[in-house]
Amino acid sequence: MASDTKKVLFGPVVDNNPIALQVLGVCSALAVTSSMANALVMTVAVMLVTGFSNFFISVIRHHIPSSVRIIVQMAIIASLVIVVDQVLKAFSYQLSKELSVFIGLIITNCIVMGRAEAFAMKEKPGVSFLDGIGNGLGYGAVLMVVAFFRELFGFGTLFGFEIFKLIQNDGWYQGNGLLVLPFSSFFIIGLIIWAIRQWKPEQVEKD
Amino acid sequence: MSSKKETPIKTIGFVFLVCLVCAALVSIAASSLKPLQQANKLLDKQTKILEASGLLTLALKTENIKASGSEPKSIVATFEKYVEAKMIDLDSGSIIEGNTDIFDERADARNLAKSAKPVNDIAGINRRANHAVVYLVNNDQGQLHTMVLPIVGSGLWDLMYGYLGLAPDLNTVRSVIYSDLKETPGLGAEVLNPRWKALWPGKKMFNDKGEIAIKVIKGGAKAGDIHGVDGLSGATLTSNGVEYTLHFWLGDEGYGPFITKFRDGGLN
Repeated sequence: MASDTKKVLFGPVVDNNPIALQVLGVCSALAVTSSMANALVMTVAVMLVTGFSNFFISVIRHHIPSSVRIIVQMAIIASLVIVVDQVLKAFSYQLSKELSVFIGLIITNCIVMGRAEAFAMKEKPGVSFLDGIGNGLGYGAVLMVVAFFRELFGFGTLFGFEIFKLIQNDGWYQGNGLLVLPFSSFFIIGLIIWAIRQWKPEQVEKD
Repeated sequence: MSSKKETPIKTIGFVFLVCLVCAALVSIAASSLKPLQQANKLLDKQTKILEASGLLTLALKTENIKASGSEPKSIVATFEKYVEAKMIDLDSGSIIEGNTDIFDERADARNLAKSAKPVNDIAGINRRANHAVVYLVNNDQGQLHTMVLPIVGSGLWDLMYGYLGLAPDLNTVRSVIYSDLKETPGLGAEVLNPRWKALWPGKKMFNDKGEIAIKVIKGGAKAGDIHGVDGLSGATLTSNGVEYTLHFWLGDEGYGPFITKFRDGGLN
């Protein structure tokens, strides 16, 4: 059981990463990765939503009529996302001001829905919860790596702390304008996928 | 999936139950967290107004934070001690009665009865609320130190909301502080950069003839130009937005009538 738990929880980080292998949830990975603080909050939010939506859906999985199961899943996911948004507004107003739109869009994040449908509908609540947390971790790992490069080379900072002094602040570093914009994440995510598949060739799709 | 026998009644009943539980969860969360959220929103506004008047550093002094218990409390205490909010009618420029605490400029601007379409909408705001709340920030002697005027105008992507702090002559700039915007990080969002904000204090909004003369200049203002502020490099449209916003709000359709009245006879 112990190794199973580990596999469910940490498998999605590299071996079965939702972004790198399944290529889900890329849209929000583009939008929130301009700073590491934003990426971290988004990671925690997605982790909680995926974990708890998996848990609740798994609890009632034997009762969900299969004809309306997607709607029921959506109702649960949407409610959880609203709760997360409300909590963020109450306890971290500055971050919620920047992230509010994207928190709302967690509802449409394919990872949440995908795990509910593929895992939680079949497995027990406990292990479903771990699967949700694990997939949140996998999503977050990619987000943090992307945000690391974008914030460091785009703004010269990490978590808001100055690493390279920018020219506009009398320093020497010219921020990379491309990395400031959301679509630069495509390049970084592409490079991450390439790196992971070099390391784990079994992930490469056969033509 | 092991739904044994599915009947329409069972399905509808189940969906209804799920909705009920979810709705209860959401409403409990929303209503129990509301006081905290409103306090946050108010604190954010008060912080920006204090920043616009230059009093934020006072509120964040260690001894003041210690005296009032925490950083947010110190901000609220400083705000309540020095700042006075007044509701004004923008067209006539006179002070009117009204609850300044519940006034919401954005809600009024969407309400057709409480707003009007500007004739010369250079700031690109589409509709302007009829009323506005201005903040009189006093010094320790109870005299006016800074007049803080809320401003709004289009940037590159969306409306940018902020505050303009003016000295009692309503000409000398104390600050231009943006609080809410969606400009590109690193380019347009550099209006939040302390170095850019530091260019504003001391600039003059009006020239000797009384015309609005403030300019945000692409490529940089000449040294000693009291009406010119350096534009943001790579963010010409945002810079222009700031200039147009200021011109609109200082003009006849903005705070113009209020400024004239105030200069003629103060607040009465």
